[in-house]
Amino acid sequence: MSNRFFRWILRYRWLVVMGSILLIALAASGARFLGFSNDYRMFFSEENPQLQAFEAMQNTYTKTDNVLFVISPKDGNVFTPKTLETVEWLTKEAWQIPYSLRVDSISNYQHTEAEEDDLLVADLVEDAMGLSPGQLEKIRRVALNEPLLRNRLISPDGAHTGINVTVQLPGKKLDEVPEVAAFAENLAKRAMEHNPDVEVRVTGLVMMNATFPRMSQQDMQTLYPLMLLIILVTMAFMLHSISGVLVSMLVLLMSVVATLGLTGWLGIQMSPPTTTAPVMVMTLAVADCIHIISLFLQGLRKGESREEAMMESLRLNLGPVFLTSITTAIGFLSLNFSDAPPFRDLGNMAAMGVMVAWALSMTFLPAALMILPVRPGERHTRGQGSMEKLGEFVIRQRKPLFWGMTAFILLLISQVPQNRLNDEFIKYFSEEVPFRVDTDFAVDHLTGIYLLEFSLPAVGEGKITDPEYLRHVDAFANWLRTQPEVLHVNTYTDIMKRLNKNLHGDDPAWYKLPDNPELAAQYLLLYEFSLPFGLDLNNQINVKKSATKLTASLKSISSESLLALERRAEAWLQANTPDYMHVQAASPSLMFADIGHRNIRAMLKGTTVALVVISLILMVALRSFRIGLLSLIPNLVPIGMAFGLWGIFVGQVGLALSVVSGMTMGIVVDDTVHFLSKYLRARREQGLGSEDAVRYAFHTVGTPLLVTTIVLMLGFGVLALSDFELNAGMGLLTAITIGLALLADFLYLPPLLMQFGETKK
Amino acid sequence: MKKLLLILLVFSAFPATAETPEEKGLAIAREVDARDTGWGDFQAAMSMLLKNRHGEESLRQMRVKSLEVENDGDKSLIVFDQPRDVKGTALLTFSHKVKDDDQWLYLPALKRVKRIASRNKSGPFMGSEFAFEDLASQEVEKYTYKFIRDDELDGKPVFLMERYPVSKYSGYTRQLVWIDKERYIPLKIEFYDRKNSLLKVLVFRGYRQYLDKYWRADEMFMDNKQTGKSTLLTWKNYQFRSGLKDSDFTRNSLKRAR
Repeated sequence: MSNRFFRWILRYRWLVVMGSILLIALAASGARFLGFSNDYRMFFSEENPQLQAFEAMQNTYTKTDNVLFVISPKDGNVFTPKTLETVEWLTKEAWQIPYSLRVDSISNYQHTEAEEDDLLVADLVEDAMGLSPGQLEKIRRVALNEPLLRNRLISPDGAHTGINVTVQLPGKKLDEVPEVAAFAENLAKRAMEHNPDVEVRVTGLVMMNATFPRMSQQDMQTLYPLMLLIILVTMAFMLHSISGVLVSMLVLLMSVVATLGLTGWLGIQMSPPTTTAPVMVMTLAVADCIHIISLFLQGLRKGESREEAMMESLRLNLGPVFLTSITTAIGFLSLNFSDAPPFRDLGNMAAMGVMVAWALSMTFLPAALMILPVRPGERHTRGQGSMEKLGEFVIRQRKPLFWGMTAFILLLISQVPQNRLNDEFIKYFSEEVPFRVDTDFAVDHLTGIYLLEFSLPAVGEGKITDPEYLRHVDAFANWLRTQPEVLHVNTYTDIMKRLNKNLHGDDPAWYKLPDNPELAAQYLLLYEFSLPFGLDLNNQINVKKSATKLTASLKSISSESLLALERRAEAWLQANTPDYMHVQAASPSLMFADIGHRNIRAMLKGTTVALVVISLILMVALRSFRIGLLSLIPNLVPIGMAFGLWGIFVGQVGLALSVVSGMTMGIVVDDTVHFLSKYLRARREQGLGSEDAVRYAFHTVGTPLLVTTIVLMLGFGVLALSDFELNAGMGLLTAITIGLALLADFLYLPPLLMQFGETKK
Repeated sequence: MKKLLLILLVFSAFPATAETPEEKGLAIAREVDARDTGWGDFQAAMSMLLKNRHGEESLRQMRVKSLEVENDGDKSLIVFDQPRDVKGTALLTFSHKVKDDDQWLYLPALKRVKRIASRNKSGPFMGSEFAFEDLASQEVEKYTYKFIRDDELDGKPVFLMERYPVSKYSGYTRQLVWIDKERYIPLKIEFYDRKNSLLKVLVFRGYRQYLDKYWRADEMFMDNKQTGKSTLLTWKNYQFRSGLKDSDFTRNSLKRAR
């Protein structure tokens, strides 16, 4: 059956080549639908409870997508006419940012004070160039002492100030984010031209969103060519055949364009994680090509005709290549268990790519090699001698190796708990990325980027002015302020205190919460009547006036610390406030902080399913329950070892690494499959004992395994060069796992086989 | 001779040719104003139903009294009934044609009248999607105008024109107004924010005629296109010429207003 098929392929070679190219072109034409996702929410599935909580909060108040400008005067003092004028200028211009809803700065901060018996509400800074030293001093005093501004829009030393722009993206077009980001960056540049004595940096969630597609495109431009080069060199080294290399490269390129095209057809958006899919597909497709072409060349060297040599190569490779491809695809498909959609996409893309590569290497590759001129060359496989030596060593030292490796493996696995879960989204970007640089600057000098937001309900509609409610909110804010992680707390109770003072002739003794609910409500009404466009309180008070939003800005802390703080805060609410105020926090930082946990739990399931399916396939393919069961060990152990090694040297895992186990499962299996199939063939067909069978396996597949492992390690290692740390970490850990898998296959599997592989007669 | 003068006058008021879009816009605004002159005073009940994107609703209720003032903006008094904690709070506004409006708020809990000493009145009114400037007396002088084109809205012939707020403290760059050609009343207004993006759409519904002359809408629906929040403003119990006097619109009258 397969024979007839392959004969047909070889006979109608032109038809096959042209047909494949046509089909691939058809698939690739879907690439025109490809778009780059630019919303951090892409990392969260719609079912994610933290995302739901956060969206509910955004719908109740106002969205918190923002652009933050950080203005740093070179003389280190914000409170000069010139710098304040720049702040005023930039505040005004920032209203022009597309989709902007509100702009907050120290200049348009609505300062309130008593004027005789009236409440005066006005911009803190107006016409800065005309300010007297006395007025400047007053502005400085107000700004640095105002809890709403200090550590949020002004640094306590008065050296840096921020302008926060709230943006509401309609979410209708993909170019909204780059549009806002480009406008903001240009505005920062114009501000520095306007006043060359200040530095202006830009950060915020919109800037982060804009950075995602930039990372993808940068990865494509740097990693893809590098990967191609590495593959080209390896192929040339392995095959010594120009036609062989050429055809292989064509297979790889066609697989990649088909993958991208199918991705487009399926309507999947490119994201930084899925950008790695083509690199993975290329890496994995190399093995298929090398196996088929090297056997074909061997046949030619033996003097067989082209057709005969190719038919023999296809016959021998049909099983293993299909088996390794399908197991790899299953491993990748396990990523569908992930809670983070970009990794599901990555899994599906890589799985499609691997299967396309398999199909091409069974059709296009042999047909094309029938067309192109091929010289057999006069080479023996390199390194066979040393492989045989390695085999002898393993057989001789099987006992010490078995115990030594067991101890080594257990040692590494025992280090797995050293890993701490951490998903600080700022650290997804390497320190080379401008967004990271500016954000770190903002965090070091002005304010926190990580937030905890609480929507604190009062007992009912209109009850946010209830004295008891105000007291509890205030106490909570004060408690948060005593926490070491907290930089700033934004609460409406501070506004109430200030209004109470203002309406008592600015008497500092009245800087306290009003104790009459009607009075408080009426203060609020008076204040709201005085506020200008875009600076209202709707971003912190809901329409029913039955809840207010309290926001804590935090230092740059790890996910664990963030979650711990959240738990402490919620426990504080439980212990100190009435039932109706027992709420949970929500925020993007919190969503990311928990994403590692959620994904590891989800991927544990995914990996288990993949493991079971792959093991069943191996048992059927190898026609041995016992050996199939035994194969579990070298398939599982490398992942444990890799995480142990990671625990010792890095110690932080998160979203990206949660998918590595499922993903590598399908890949490391390949080595085991090749080794075991040769071992079993020796035992079954040649009737050899387990020692000789091991010897035979080392002899036949030792070198190819080493080479493909090196290619895989290089391929995934290339990803480690990405400036997107999720990709870098994922690539590095996968490379390490693949390396350890080879170690396990060479040094641990043989002793195992010799120990337990014998069936009792 | 008299006839000739009259014809000349008519022609200068409505020049048939060579009228710029600005002149035509202004002429329409004047006609709108002219047709709504002479009502004297009115009282009515007003309620606002606020909705956010999350589906939460909240109701505000108040009573409005208004007095027409010759050669200046109208005077108005709004007394709040709902939410309960601001019940009895009263807002007195003297709107002016050119200078900033004067506003005072009576706070019953403090038993004091406070002047609202802010030029910024573009913020939301009672947390709604209406700004005070959207509700305030629409004096001709508060805007400059530009006629866009003759158009139709729901089958009714309309003038479509733009108006530009004069005050630099306005929250808008421009408003697009659909004016019923027959009755000279606004049917729809689009509000554009400082970056000239569509911010809100106001639709007037259920116009009724009072005193056989003055049109008032039963409902004004304001839809914020950027935040997804909306406010439905409903008028009830219009009473015209109920004998309100200047003395009903003083700082002292605020305290009695409840």
